[in-house]
Amino acid sequence: MIAEFPGGLLLIAAGLALPWLPRALRAPVAVAAPALVFLQLLAIAPGYRLEVDAFGFALTLVRADRLSLAFGYVFTIAAFLNAIFGWQVREGPEQPAALVYAGSALAAVFAGDLLTLFVFWELSAVASALVIWARGTPRAYRAGMRYLVVQLVSGMLLAAGAALRYAESGSLAFEFIGLASPGGLLILVAFGIKCAFPLLHNWLQDAYPEASATGTVVLSAFTTKLGIYALARGFPGTEALIWIGTAMTAFPIFYAVIENDLRRVLAYSVNNQLGFMVVGIGLGTDLGLNGAVAHAFADILFKALLFMSMGAVLLRAGTVNGTGLGGLHKSMPLTTGFCMVGAASISAFPLFSGFVTKSMIMVSAAEQGHDGVWLVLLFASAGVFHHAGIKIPFFAFFAHDSGIRCKEAPTHMLVAMALAAALCIGIGSFPGLLYAILPWPVHYDPYTASHVLSQLQLLIFSALAFSWLMRNGIYPPELRSTNLDFDWIYRNPGKRIALGALEAMAALRAELDAMVRRSGTALNGWLRTHHALDGALAKTWSTGGMALWVAAMLAAYLIVYFL
Amino acid sequence: MEHGDDANWLDRPGNVRRLYLGLWVIGALLVVADLVVHRHAEVGFDGWFAFYGAYGFFACVALVLAAKRLRRAVMRPEDYYDR
Repeated sequence: MIAEFPGGLLLIAAGLALPWLPRALRAPVAVAAPALVFLQLLAIAPGYRLEVDAFGFALTLVRADRLSLAFGYVFTIAAFLNAIFGWQVREGPEQPAALVYAGSALAAVFAGDLLTLFVFWELSAVASALVIWARGTPRAYRAGMRYLVVQLVSGMLLAAGAALRYAESGSLAFEFIGLASPGGLLILVAFGIKCAFPLLHNWLQDAYPEASATGTVVLSAFTTKLGIYALARGFPGTEALIWIGTAMTAFPIFYAVIENDLRRVLAYSVNNQLGFMVVGIGLGTDLGLNGAVAHAFADILFKALLFMSMGAVLLRAGTVNGTGLGGLHKSMPLTTGFCMVGAASISAFPLFSGFVTKSMIMVSAAEQGHDGVWLVLLFASAGVFHHAGIKIPFFAFFAHDSGIRCKEAPTHMLVAMALAAALCIGIGSFPGLLYAILPWPVHYDPYTASHVLSQLQLLIFSALAFSWLMRNGIYPPELRSTNLDFDWIYRNPGKRIALGALEAMAALRAELDAMVRRSGTALNGWLRTHHALDGALAKTWSTGGMALWVAAMLAAYLIVYFL
Repeated sequence: MEHGDDANWLDRPGNVRRLYLGLWVIGALLVVADLVVHRHAEVGFDGWFAFYGAYGFFACVALVLAAKRLRRAVMRPEDYYDR
């Protein structure tokens, strides 16, 4: 029976039950639930479907195939690691919300129709906003509110697109969607918001760094990768995605170089890595799509590892601003090591996970003759090493000694980081394990002498550029600052216009109010003249008069009847 | 030494310099390896001698210089949105 129960719902149920459990049981349950669901997924064969009738529709609650299973495995692994990393968080809404969030993202991945997808799409949005709010600061509250509005807009667009498609085709099935219908375009924008397409991206950099040390790790795994999954399912081979993805790989790295909050730097690099996946989906070849899925899998793990290391720094040092840190390798040597594994993985060093996944997308772009795209992706690869691979560990753990002396991260955090690091190295060193679960057969070998050499050259010379710029004082120093990005539009003029509109509405309302009052007074006067006790229309009529009129009416009726 | 009690290998400027030079040596070896290893070109021009090294170096310098310019346009005080 338990084997039949959808894993996503199981996680949601565990999350809802968590606050009612004794404190000592909460963390073990939060760890055990995803582990159980992972084992359950291993037992599910591709092709399994679970259909139910609800709301008058035949809904596909679970559609397991190689694409949904690949995302299912990594989502449960991420939820498991997150629960270990957050072992000590036993109070407040964060852990329950994190489990509901992971469960709804998992359920959305297995949704076989657009209505089921929509329900879990929205639930994951609300649960993730709770994860942000759980930090309890006013900043987190406001950022979470902005985040939630954007996520709900995505849900509305998905619902509208699904409704249009249903009206057109009579089917809610979540298969290839494409841009042939107007509904398809709406759904693409809905997915695009989750994937943080350019200009739709700022919710990510805005909200993720405002969550708690543990919360940001939770957030980094699910929402954007759910978007990537949905895109791979609904829009493979959509050419526009090649260009959108290419832009996504490039523009965030400029911001990442000048950003001071190291978790925000990582949020920009989330954006950049998503770009690679979007390009792979746009290419639509077996290699490109496999690359997108493989890179999403690897990215969830190394990004979790990087966010964990920065979470540990935030917990121990009290800040993750580049300006306040430096020299922490003395206090936190293990965290430093794990961070560098994550950095090597995202930078695609040979033997680390990014090396065996990102290159699939780049080779596919080259094979399809997209030389310009390939050049931008190569630039972005160098750039991601620069800002995530070097800048993050350098400013946190090395650079000038900030004088901060703190304890090493707590044991449970170190365990979570060690597991994530082991997975990053495992995937990078034995790529066959990951390739075996990809949706399409893989005929690609990342470990050729040519690939290893070219990648090492790219990375070592990027590192040389960093050191050279640093030693010559050209590298821009970390500065306490806010860098304006596209969200300025809705956080400054947009906000002013909205506030101005509210004021204008208030003024208009006051005006209308006064008008109503004035006309009310006039009406009142008129009513008094005619309807007050002595008014012409308020006089009582005599019963006799009434009887006479009734008699007249009956007579008229009789006459009409006999005629 | 500023932090005398827990100063380690990296605190000595000479060692940082040695690391930096070591990086150049590795880079030079990788460029030399280009002559030995037959690289399989993916788009054609990436088969050029030391293409990846040169591209990596100049891409990163260009990235940083452009980002410094970007900072002039977009940098605001830290509490910009909170005021």
